[in-house]
Amino acid sequence: MTPHGCDPPSLSCRDLVDLVTDYLEGAMDPATAASFERHAHDCPPCLEHLEQMKLTVRAAGGVSDEAITPEARSALMERFRDWNAGRGG
Amino acid sequence: MADEIDAEREERELVEALKAGDESAFATLVERYHPSLVRVARSYVGSEAIAEEVAQDTWVGALNGIDRFEGRSTVKTWLYRILTNRALTRRDRERRSVPFSALAAEEIDGDSAALDVERFLPADHPQWPLHWAVAPQTWAAGGEDRALAAEAREVIDRAIDALPPAQRTVITMRDIEGFSSEDVCNVLEITESNQRVLLHRARTRVRAALNEYMVDQ
Ligand SMILES: [Zn+2]
Repeated sequence: MTPHGCDPPSLSCRDLVDLVTDYLEGAMDPATAASFERHAHDCPPCLEHLEQMKLTVRAAGGVSDEAITPEARSALMERFRDWNAGRGG
Repeated sequence: MADEIDAEREERELVEALKAGDESAFATLVERYHPSLVRVARSYVGSEAIAEEVAQDTWVGALNGIDRFEGRSTVKTWLYRILTNRALTRRDRERRSVPFSALAAEEIDGDSAALDVERFLPADHPQWPLHWAVAPQTWAAGGEDRALAAEAREVIDRAIDALPPAQRTVITMRDIEGFSSEDVCNVLEITESNQRVLLHRARTRVRAALNEYMVDQ
């Protein structure tokens, strides 16, 4: 940015949708991020899209932590013992 | 950050104990990582049973290679790299196995169809170039609960299963398993920008699938 403040790029709705992941990932330069936020603030459909993407990410992450099955655990412990015996442990 | 460093130190200690043949160290690592290894393996091989085998082979590979683990990467990165190699070998058994980075590059070039293109007016539209042609349908109030319900989980899992393979693995690691982008790039040996392209396409498709469910009420 120059001291005079170059105009930040102006983004179309299409740009906003293309750049939403860059924005959520924090992979945008500050001027573009500010322009992105201004657009989303003033444009209800783009704001809706942004919120939907955020909710999609949260919903994808909503997996309950599964525990290892007893069968898998005992199979693995057996392989460990074989390995350990094989190296003279 | 301090927590991360502590956690990493603890895992290195577990690996040192494992080198000395400590069974409880192995049990701890297995409890911590096995279910996640199976889910990531599943993103490559498509079947639950084969994913379980690949994850088990990963542990055997880790044990056999443990004396060569020198802590240049984190324990987590090391384990998931072994998994990635095994899963790709398993998947490409008949063909020559390619590294993930090649798979990713191929997919980024080959799957170049612009997403969501029908949702926008053309660039030469006299009044509203590149504006929404059809505004997104709102996800009603209470959408949060609906999106987090068990039914939505099925919609999301089906959408992820239908993704091209590199997208499927990246979204599984990032959004389901909660890896940082740095960890994903280290494990898969892809650039940040390729990782982001794959994640963007994957999330875009999953959102579209979720949208049909969210507005269908
Ligand atoms: Zn807009």
